[in-house]
Amino acid sequence: MENKSKPQVRMLPSEHYAKLDAYIDSFHIDPHDDRRKDVLIQVLHKAQDIFGYLPEELQVYIAGRFSISPAEVSGVVSFYNLFTTTPRGKVRINVCMGTACYVNGAEKVLEAFERKLGIKSGEVTEDGKFSIESLRCLGACGLAPVVTINDKVYGQVQVEKIESILEHYLTETGNEETSDGKN
Amino acid sequence: MVNLIIDNRSVTVEDGTTILDAARKINIKIPTLCYLDLGKLKMLNKVSSCRICSVEVEGRRNLAPSCSTPVTEGMKVKTNSKRVLFARRKILELLLSNHPFDCLLCSKSTDCELQSLAVEFGIETQHYHGEKSSFPIDISSRALRRDPEKCIMCRRCETMCNEVQTVKALTAFGRGFNTVVAPAEMQPLVNSNCVYCGQCVSVCPTGALTGVGYIKETWAALFDPTKTVVVQVAPAIRAAIGEEFGIAEGVPVTGKLAAGLRRLGFNAVFDTTFGADLTIMEEAREIVERVTKNKNLPILTSCCPGWINFLEFHFPDLKYMPSTSKSPHQMMGTVIKTFYARKLGVQPSDVVVVSVMPCIAKKYEAAQPEHETGGVRDVDYVITTRELAKMFKEGGIDLRYMDDEDFDDPLGESTGAGVIFGATGGVLEAALRTVYEEVTGKTLDNVNFEAIRGLNGVKEAAIDLNGRIVRVAAASGLGNVRQILEKIQEGSSQYDVIEIMACPGGCVNGGGQPFCEDREERIEKRMKALYSIDSNAEIRKSHENPSIKKLYAEFFGEPGSEKAHELLHTEYWM
Amino acid sequence: MERINSYPALTETFKKFEPLLDSRVHTGIREGVKRMILVCGGTGCHASDSEHLLANFSALIAEKGLEDIVAVSNTGCFGFCAKGPIVKVFPDDVFYVQVKPEDAVDIINLHIIANQVVEHLLYEEPVSKQKIKTLHEIPFYRNQKRIALRNCGMINPEKIEEYIASGGYLALGRALTEMTPEAVIEEMKRSGLRGRGGAGFSTGKKWEFGRSYPSDEKFVICNADEGDPGAFMDRSILEGDSHSILEGMALAGYAIGAHQGYIYVRAEYPLAVKRLENAIQQARSYGLLGRNILGTEFHFDVDIRLGAGAFVCGEETALINSIQGERGEPHTKPPFPAQSGLWGKPTVVNNVETLANVPIILLKGADWFNSIGTGTSKGTKVFALAGQINNVGLVEVPMGTTLREIIYDTGGGIKGGLEFKAAQTGGPSGGCIPSQYLDTPIDYESLNAIGSMMGSGGLIVMSEKDCMVNIAKFYLEFIVDESCGRCVPCRIGTKRLHEILTAITEGRSTDADLVELDELANVIKDTALCGLGQSAPNPVLSTIKYFSDEYRAHIQEKHCPSGVCKSLVQYEILVEKCIGCTACANNCPVGCISGVVKKPHSIDQSRCIRCGVCYSKCKFKAIVKH
Ligand SMILES: Cc1cc2nc3c(=O)[nH]c(=O)nc-3n(C[C@H](O)[C@H](O)[C@H](O)COP(=O)(O)O)c2cc1C
Ligand code: SF4
Ligand code: SF4
Ligand code: SF4
Ligand code: SF4
Ligand code: SF4
Ligand code: SF4
Ligand code: SF4
Ligand code: SF4
Ligand code: FES
Ligand code: FES
Ligand code: FES
Repeated sequence: MENKSKPQVRMLPSEHYAKLDAYIDSFHIDPHDDRRKDVLIQVLHKAQDIFGYLPEELQVYIAGRFSISPAEVSGVVSFYNLFTTTPRGKVRINVCMGTACYVNGAEKVLEAFERKLGIKSGEVTEDGKFSIESLRCLGACGLAPVVTINDKVYGQVQVEKIESILEHYLTETGNEETSDGKN
Repeated sequence: MVNLIIDNRSVTVEDGTTILDAARKINIKIPTLCYLDLGKLKMLNKVSSCRICSVEVEGRRNLAPSCSTPVTEGMKVKTNSKRVLFARRKILELLLSNHPFDCLLCSKSTDCELQSLAVEFGIETQHYHGEKSSFPIDISSRALRRDPEKCIMCRRCETMCNEVQTVKALTAFGRGFNTVVAPAEMQPLVNSNCVYCGQCVSVCPTGALTGVGYIKETWAALFDPTKTVVVQVAPAIRAAIGEEFGIAEGVPVTGKLAAGLRRLGFNAVFDTTFGADLTIMEEAREIVERVTKNKNLPILTSCCPGWINFLEFHFPDLKYMPSTSKSPHQMMGTVIKTFYARKLGVQPSDVVVVSVMPCIAKKYEAAQPEHETGGVRDVDYVITTRELAKMFKEGGIDLRYMDDEDFDDPLGESTGAGVIFGATGGVLEAALRTVYEEVTGKTLDNVNFEAIRGLNGVKEAAIDLNGRIVRVAAASGLGNVRQILEKIQEGSSQYDVIEIMACPGGCVNGGGQPFCEDREERIEKRMKALYSIDSNAEIRKSHENPSIKKLYAEFFGEPGSEKAHELLHTEYWM
Repeated sequence: MERINSYPALTETFKKFEPLLDSRVHTGIREGVKRMILVCGGTGCHASDSEHLLANFSALIAEKGLEDIVAVSNTGCFGFCAKGPIVKVFPDDVFYVQVKPEDAVDIINLHIIANQVVEHLLYEEPVSKQKIKTLHEIPFYRNQKRIALRNCGMINPEKIEEYIASGGYLALGRALTEMTPEAVIEEMKRSGLRGRGGAGFSTGKKWEFGRSYPSDEKFVICNADEGDPGAFMDRSILEGDSHSILEGMALAGYAIGAHQGYIYVRAEYPLAVKRLENAIQQARSYGLLGRNILGTEFHFDVDIRLGAGAFVCGEETALINSIQGERGEPHTKPPFPAQSGLWGKPTVVNNVETLANVPIILLKGADWFNSIGTGTSKGTKVFALAGQINNVGLVEVPMGTTLREIIYDTGGGIKGGLEFKAAQTGGPSGGCIPSQYLDTPIDYESLNAIGSMMGSGGLIVMSEKDCMVNIAKFYLEFIVDESCGRCVPCRIGTKRLHEILTAITEGRSTDADLVELDELANVIKDTALCGLGQSAPNPVLSTIKYFSDEYRAHIQEKHCPSGVCKSLVQYEILVEKCIGCTACANNCPVGCISGVVKKPHSIDQSRCIRCGVCYSKCKFKAIVKH
């Protein structure tokens, strides 16, 4: 008889899974505890740290670890902006579009990055090196407009400064500052 | 008790009542879309998402959703002020602005709550023009059709699937304007753990969730001169299809149904109730064997494919528990394509079997690889009660004016036992009638097992089989089923025989049945219709069905024979 | 660390640690007082490299063997992040701004060793060009009254000892030993403190409700989601004074009978999370969180839960769902969280700034607190000043201060000497306030009366350069992005509002759109499920009300008076003024300017993307915008 089961092939690196398992184990999740999901978002953050993104395979796995359905995980992942199901660039550019930054010209800064890299916000360059996203307020509004590249914060960014900011990332391999999938 | 004033009329209601219910009490109609309370069927959707039920409450800053706002003493409510009607109209216009204007092409047309509201509000222009969300249609399962562009986010399906059925196949996905209810990661349904019970379909107010239709295919077969087209109708159809023709609810229309089918041009009109009797023959034998040997208990019934999917997808470790008997219509399909085709002297591949079912899961079941015999599908198409009603209408057949006719021989003869399969508890009751007589060798005089009838989610009884007290239960609604299965897993289940139906209330409430707003009462009426057929039946025990006896004599030998195993039983996947 | 097992022991500990802050509290150079260099360690100053600066100070001190005369320490945000990194030197109380890592040498050599103030690092008053030495003399700080921010920029937030030295946990000690929960609630009610998270509900009353529902389990939640973009008051407190939040939560827990608290903090604030984790650990080891706090029967512990980027999770019912690991969708109230909140148990949700006020109120008394502010709005409010204003930053002023005082005195007026157009308070939920209301005293009621709201404290100042239609559109875009999608008016309605506004800014609209905008906005306000949708139309309604001329210009004349809306502006080169310097052509990102050197240039309008680069590059005013 043909197998109707939905195959769960694991394609993602097993050492990543090992790390994630260690983290999840630390919560001692009890499948009968109605409140077990209170650490789900924490676990998703961690998983995204480790794997760089939250593809379906990983979501299904996490669902299994919590004894909840994949739909529940997917509903949560798709709700929150910080979670992504596609890999982002090695160099992640995040332009703050919060109010303080917007009224100080963030839109122009974003457009300038988009023009420079030939991608739109939310996209990744073909070589997978750069991605641009926008977010709403890092709390560094005093330095508006604010841009972060990986974890480094750049304040008072002007369109003219973009070239020089990017230069650093364009020349070197761009790997050393990424945390994605490397820790 | 709380006193309040609605539209200048006083009303007194119990504490905790909502404004909506208080208004209903004095026959003030407030429109609703998301709210749904199915009473004893234990489904309550109270997400307050559509806001169409907004009313004005004196002293309150904004309008109140009447479906979820509890009354308070002295409250003054207006349900049809200018402000209220204006807001409701805008809300409806907003909903329509993100909805395809496809009524003519929509299987839900005339049964659609959104459409009805648009009609009631006299909507004649498209007020807002803007971006619409766009999603692909999903018919991957060949059973359930998802058309997310028609979804209004009432979340009824989510509540049904996640809380009532506890399948948890659906979730709200995404955020904001593009939020939609979908399986995980918007995957095609067939990749999810949906069991195709179709209960979401039965609560969806729009055409966002429907069954995959096979009307076109059925007509094509009927008009194909090279095919012998055989139809079978499930017990629950006769209790409900009359509703589509304005026949009083709860009045069975068995004879009219057979007549109508014949008029449609089916070459043979059979009754799945015969298959039900056959199922009892096989299942009873398994029950007797396992109960008398006290082995591998409890034994679970297997005639509901929604439940079988639930078992396979969610409790694969229990796959040894159920009877291996196929569902009645699949047994029928096999018998038609083997025994009956041979009898007619036609090739099985030239026989087309159409099952008319109250059920969405059977569409999926019939398409599964294991349900074929010698390379030929056992059942070719499954159409629902609703689809058959449409075919009747297209074919100019008004059931009201049909004279009663009988089903064809030999697979048209049935018993009262087979008929009650359509209500929760019925399979168990039918099985007990046979099991009792087989084990005790005594005649069962009172065949009515009242304890396992009715709308309760779990019903139980105990019967004495020659000193062995057999504890039985009937569970319907997968949430109730889950609790029982978890007990079995833990080893704390007390039962010996359990009947399981995926749909709350059983097939009378299947996902393919006519839509209705007064669901709780309607289901009870449909149940009553089935029990009335049973109590009026001459033969009320499956093993006494003469055609069944003949079939075993001519073809299968006896229940559980090798041939029976080959053709009437199945296996569950790992 | 040793557990502190009683209130007297806590008082002893306080006395023991008090000298730690001596040079900061009692300023003025005195013999034998060791110097203390405070380096701002907030997110803003981190972004301008203050960590590096701090490391340089430490290295220099070690290298020069100055440990006996000076110490360096991390501190929280001073609110003046635009001028960061900020350094303060005590006891002389000198305030340095924009201190680069390499400036550490000057401060050590000149200030510490040679006792000279480092002039070039002092704040310069933009108008008078005067150098100002101490914080209190700087106009930005002059009118501030720091209650919620009392410890930010004062103590090292990573050291519980310094928090205790500032009087921290004494309020908790007193409450647990000398006050009944009812008395705590009574004191809070009398203080007049209202929630700083937006709605302004009486904190004492909320606690009273929380106490009134009997339950085996209750919870206190600190709402540290701070979603209002452009506001960072809560971030400052979380990073700069983490313990005040823990103390405030423990007090709330004692008042309502809860034993567990959660801090729901947005993941965009990693530094705040780190500081909170550290503070929780310290408080636990001192016995100030956990079982039998200060030897009493009271147990209370706190855990952190992270957000993941959803503005709506600041709404309390959505926040509760998010803590439960679900989608952050709100539900209708009633039931209110105080009755049925986290896991269906009575739950009190309080904002960060609200909680930061709690310990000091209980320490200094309700009468002290309610003597500050206006009739119905007591105490102070922290605002995040941003936009077209000279002094960008966090300011804490008494309730009742006027907008004019905040914008012109504290904020130093509009950037570039431009004309004030509007102030936006309350973030995406608030409204735009025009100049005729500049003298409105800021309190909850007055702001509501003029179509805005206090909100969490964002205050964005707009000048003649800002287009109000575009601003309304900006807020709506935010709302469309952040709507949870649950209810129809917000999910579809705000989308349609945004589409209409877009049409207006693109010159594709008619007068009927203005009517529709108003009608639809009011229906959304009337019918949306949660506060997000109910307040989402405010920016639209208030701009229509006060700036209808701008709307009409866009709709009728297809003209954007501020020259912001791209579709409605055109750049043109004036042949008579252009000298052909090529600066514009060289900088045009799409290369649509052509011309020969020293000859007038021209713009290919069909390719121009209206980015305005040429306009700002032309030194000869040869490019006009219309
Ligand atoms: C859309 C929306 C966003 C909110 N965001 C926040 C927030 O970021 N921080 C906050 O403290 N309160 C926020 N609130 C208010 C909270 O719902 C709640 O009223 C508040 O946390 C209660 O604390 P308080 O009484 O101390 O103000 C928000 C409300 C709404 C409707
Ligand atoms: S779902 Fe209803 S309103 Fe929509 S197209 Fe179908 S019938 Fe029409
Ligand atoms: S209802 Fe109107 S649109 Fe629909 S089929 Fe009839 S005439 Fe045509
Ligand atoms: S058919 Fe049943 S299992 Fe499948 S989504 Fe609908 S309710 Fe859930
Ligand atoms: S699919 Fe149907 S039931 Fe489900 S949310 Fe959409 S409209 Fe409601
Ligand atoms: S209960 Fe009946 S209608 Fe429902 S899934 Fe089972 S067989 Fe189908
Ligand atoms: S108003 Fe907006 S955010 Fe609030 S429940 Fe409705 S859709 Fe969600
Ligand atoms: S506005 Fe921008 S695109 Fe247009 S001409 Fe000037 S620089 Fe080029
Ligand atoms: S920058 Fe000004 S002056 Fe120079 S070429 Fe351009 S328009 Fe002419
Ligand atoms: S608005 Fe950009 S950092 Fe706050
Ligand atoms: S029916 Fe009340 S909100 Fe939908
Ligand atoms: S972070 Fe340093 S002053 Fe704000």
